[in-house]
Amino acid sequence: MLDALRHHLGLTGSKKGCDHGQCGACTVMVNGRRINACLTLACMHDGDEVTTIEGLGQPDALNPLQEAFVREDGFQCGYCTPGQICSATAMLQEISEGWPSHVTQDLEAGAELTPEEISERMSGNLCRCSAYPNIVEAIRVAAGKQA
Amino acid sequence: MKPFDYIRADSPDQASDHAAQGGVFIAGGTNLLDLMKLEVMTPDALIDINRLDLNQIDETDDGGLRIGALVSNSDLANDTRVRRHWPVLSRALLAGASGQLRNKATTGGNLLQRTRCLYFYDRAMACNKREPGSGCAARDGFNRSLAVLGTSEHCIATHPSDMAVAMRALGAEVETLTREGETRRLTLDQLYRLPGDRPDIETVLAPGELITAVVLPAPVEGRQTYRKVRDRASYAFALVSVAGIVEMQDGRIARADLAFGGLAPKPWRDADVEAALQGEAPSDALFKKAADVLLRDAQGFGENDFKLPLARRTLVSVLEELTEARR
Ligand SMILES: Cc1cc2nc3c(=O)[nH]c(=O)nc-3n(C[C@H](O)[C@H](O)[C@H](O)COP(=O)(O)OP(=O)(O)OC[C@H]3O[C@@H](n4cnc5c(N)ncnc54)[C@H](O)[C@@H]3O)c2cc1C
Ligand code: SF4
Ligand code: FES
Ligand code: FES
Repeated sequence: MLDALRHHLGLTGSKKGCDHGQCGACTVMVNGRRINACLTLACMHDGDEVTTIEGLGQPDALNPLQEAFVREDGFQCGYCTPGQICSATAMLQEISEGWPSHVTQDLEAGAELTPEEISERMSGNLCRCSAYPNIVEAIRVAAGKQA
Repeated sequence: MKPFDYIRADSPDQASDHAAQGGVFIAGGTNLLDLMKLEVMTPDALIDINRLDLNQIDETDDGGLRIGALVSNSDLANDTRVRRHWPVLSRALLAGASGQLRNKATTGGNLLQRTRCLYFYDRAMACNKREPGSGCAARDGFNRSLAVLGTSEHCIATHPSDMAVAMRALGAEVETLTREGETRRLTLDQLYRLPGDRPDIETVLAPGELITAVVLPAPVEGRQTYRKVRDRASYAFALVSVAGIVEMQDGRIARADLAFGGLAPKPWRDADVEAALQGEAPSDALFKKAADVLLRDAQGFGENDFKLPLARRTLVSVLEELTEARR
């Protein structure tokens, strides 16, 4: 799917970091859920709706999460950023639907958007520039939960 | 990647037929495509089973759950019934992989994922699992992550799944459909083989045999936990993990169901460990004795020697947590 997006559809926002599910640079949403585009086949998704970073906003019309990444300096080289933003978009949806995470104390209660929860839930997106503190902050700001 | 045919299955029977003729099922694809890119696995045909009707979680007549083979790891971890009654399973799933991978990974695929042994992934190196008879580079090599129980002279790989460890502790059974159209039920112990002299054959499944579901028995009394020890706090495979369910009665251990990950070629369970604990009052000496029983035949291979003390401490700590009086 990642190659189909980049090479055939010209949607080069999604990045190839590892090509093995280890870095998250290729994260896109399929029917609203985040996945690694490098570990699935386009033909397995006939009829599904795929959202890439291009579908979330454009340079002249950034969405709130994209804007927060810019304002909070949530990147350095920017290579991991499209994946971070697609992943964070779906992650915020997951948390609003009450999905627990590895660090959630009570499996049956929902989780708060704490830095610890954000870090755990975003652990599938590596950042070689280690912009992690600002990525977490950008997500918090965008979610309207600024401390 | 080598070229391959792609066939989308419309029915389980059709899927089995194609797979029996040399095709390989693809579910989430998160393990298979990884290995195909490296040409560690080179199937002639992929049989896409994603359109089969195997993604429901249903309650069984005796109060258990029947989990369709295509239920994603995310959906299973988030199921309200699993979170309430089988929390060890939710915990194990949430401790595995990443949010993205759990959305794709399926119940059946997770059970059948292959080892993460570095040499299995590296086609330049000897590996009996990848190429029977070529040798095992891990025995005298980088074996930090590999097994200390159930190994053979031919292979010391671990089974990497977290989910399967919790399922083993819960006494889950796998339901399959054979190519002949028969339904089989296998415990996880029956499903997985030990490596012996054929580490390339990992399960007892026949060609074309499709996993259709995993069945959990009714919930049991007691506290449940999944403890995973790994090199970083998230997004790493287990060095050692313990799935534990302990029921206390009158200050004594009435029952202890314990399964272990990261130690063996399959999710490990040892009835003698559980027998050593049953009926006893919790104490440090008792927990250490249980660890002695667990590790009585354990053997390290150099880099992974640390797993023996680590497994011991992890088991003791889990038992402390599960037996301590509630405040
Ligand atoms: C970076 C990374 C980190 C990971 N970390 C963890 C971790 O910490 N813990 C953990 O437990 N796992 C981890 N995983 C592994 C992940 O859980 C597995 O890749 C996933 O569960 C496999 O499921 P799948 O549906 O994608 O399987 P697939 O890749 O589709 O299939 C795997 C195998 O199962 C067979 N198969 C699939 N479904 C069936 C069926 N119904 N019947 C018969 N055969 C079938 C396929 O033919 C194939 O051989 C990680 C993976 C990656 C890439
Ligand atoms: S431990 Fe098993 S998988 Fe690893 S190199 Fe040896 S034979 Fe291969
Ligand atoms: S490119 Fe897909 S996870 Fe790294
Ligand atoms: S900003 Fe450079 S990799 Fe994340």
